Amino acid sequence: MFKDLFRKPKYVTVHADTAKKDIPEGLWQKCPVCNEIVYTKELDRDLKTCKKCGSYFKMGAWERIKATVDEGSFNELDAGMVSINPLGFKDYPEKITSAQQATKLREAIVTGEAAIGGRPVIIGVMDPNFIMGSMGSVVGEKVTRAAERAVEKSVPLIIFSASGGARMQEGIISLMQMAKTCGVLARLDKAGLLFISVLTNPTTGGVTASFASMGDIILAEPGAQIGFTGPRVIEQTIRQKLPEGFQTAEFMLEHGFVDMVVPRSQMKSTLARLLDLHSTGGYKNG
Amino acid sequence: MANILLEFEKPIVELEAKIQELKNFSSEKEIDLSDEIKTLQNKADSLTREIYGKLTPWQRVLLARHPERPGTADYIKLIFEDFFELHGDRRFGDDPAVIGGIARFNGQPVTVIGHVKGKDTKDNLTRNFGMPHPEGNRKAIRLMEQAEKFGRPVISFVDTPGAFPGIGAEERGQAEAIATNLTRMMSLKVPVIATVIGEGGSGGALAIAIGDHVAMLENSVYSISSPEAFASILWKDPAKANEAAAVMKMTARDLEELGVIDEIVPEPLGGAHRNKEEMAKILCRSLKKSLNGLMKIPDDKLLEKRFEKFRGIGQFVSG
Repeated sequence: MFKDLFRKPKYVTVHADTAKKDIPEGLWQKCPVCNEIVYTKELDRDLKTCKKCGSYFKMGAWERIKATVDEGSFNELDAGMVSINPLGFKDYPEKITSAQQATKLREAIVTGEAAIGGRPVIIGVMDPNFIMGSMGSVVGEKVTRAAERAVEKSVPLIIFSASGGARMQEGIISLMQMAKTCGVLARLDKAGLLFISVLTNPTTGGVTASFASMGDIILAEPGAQIGFTGPRVIEQTIRQKLPEGFQTAEFMLEHGFVDMVVPRSQMKSTLARLLDLHSTGGYKNG
Repeated sequence: MANILLEFEKPIVELEAKIQELKNFSSEKEIDLSDEIKTLQNKADSLTREIYGKLTPWQRVLLARHPERPGTADYIKLIFEDFFELHGDRRFGDDPAVIGGIARFNGQPVTVIGHVKGKDTKDNLTRNFGMPHPEGNRKAIRLMEQAEKFGRPVISFVDTPGAFPGIGAEERGQAEAIATNLTRMMSLKVPVIATVIGEGGSGGALAIAIGDHVAMLENSVYSISSPEAFASILWKDPAKANEAAAVMKMTARDLEELGVIDEIVPEPLGGAHRNKEEMAKILCRSLKKSLNGLMKIPDDKLLEKRFEKFRGIGQFVSG
């Protein structure tokens, strides 16, 4: 449930004096975890990692692409695809327009052809800042087309998820994107192609319950919130506090739903090595 | 006759009580009141038609959740023969919120699976209000894979508020279980018919609803979340569930218009709970018809059509 994006991490303590400080937009940013004031240029250079506490700032889709693929290799697919309003939901078109203006994106995912460590891939990167990375028709369609392109080109698929789940404003149509994306992954699987799913903060709801959980290999960023139902809804339902560290990447690793927790600084090299291990094809006897 | 009344059903039930009273009176006193009874009966029928002809989406939500609405267990009893319930996911446990097994439908061996809600509070606690844990979804896919092995069509009944939100459910991979079902069902080489018989809530519903033919009973609902959760998420106010239901497009008619379902199965006048046997007969006819059609389609064609059906859902501008 994407409302849990609003949930503050439990370990945040905002002291009155630091909270009052006005940080000018752009030049400096404040770490949401330790409140350290970080120089934006440094932050960008350090893959949006707080130099004091090591926690991660949210990464936009383009920042992630830049940090992940070989320079100059990215060729965007379906760049112009935009949502319409299938339910005729009030204020939804305005919400999309303002998200587009705020993020300079058309939708909550950017997909394209690229190379990582010289190996060709199809990559999709979700952006948690675009209506909380929620999946409606466009995200569903772009993931599906990306997987279809991977099958067509016979190359691996990599998707970085960051999503509050299915997009409420598109109702049942959003729910059906779960079926659609899983359907195309069944085809990718049948074609014997590699799918690496990378779970970043946060990956919840209908995205976790569809394509993001279907990776041959599932990687997660340290500390990322990963789960199905958001913590607040669980607490309301069962009327008890959730244990410390519940629904983190580390929790998911411990419970067997993630293969590796990979620090941001090692993500690209990890992907490159995994792609390399899959590049020669499998052993075939006879 | 239903014992639990929804507000909008009251005038009908009051009238029906009056008719019964007159009938009793006439037989006791041996007075012929058949004309009066007939007049009142006609009045009751037209009142029912009037009230049910203009149900709001929220009223349909209430009907879909009606405690006496027939459920999976009722339909298994009324429509199927030789039912053997099979238990467990072979991994962790057996989820009472989902039942499944082998049975004969119209002479044909099939696998039947569905969510089960309780009939009373105690039963509901056992059934967890029809909300599956990962084990329920894994049991469902195990039985579907078994159906595939033995060439049995799958008939599923959807009736859940949603997959259960709890600590154990998360620890044991609720999301992974749903995703796996969606993916596996897309390549299941036997016909799958899914019918939403009550509430079709979110991923929990979808996890057994990837059908070649997806139907909804007339007063059932199917949506991305419960209207309460929808109102809570978008308007921070779960009390606005009524308004949420009005804009979510969650009724059978809405979903048919959106191209998400293939058929609306009509209910007896006054809703399924007012005549379970009649409802079962209508549902049985619908299932027979779709099964007969699907069993004629070769596997590869069936899978192609199933995928294309879901592949085609979504509204966007390519740009």
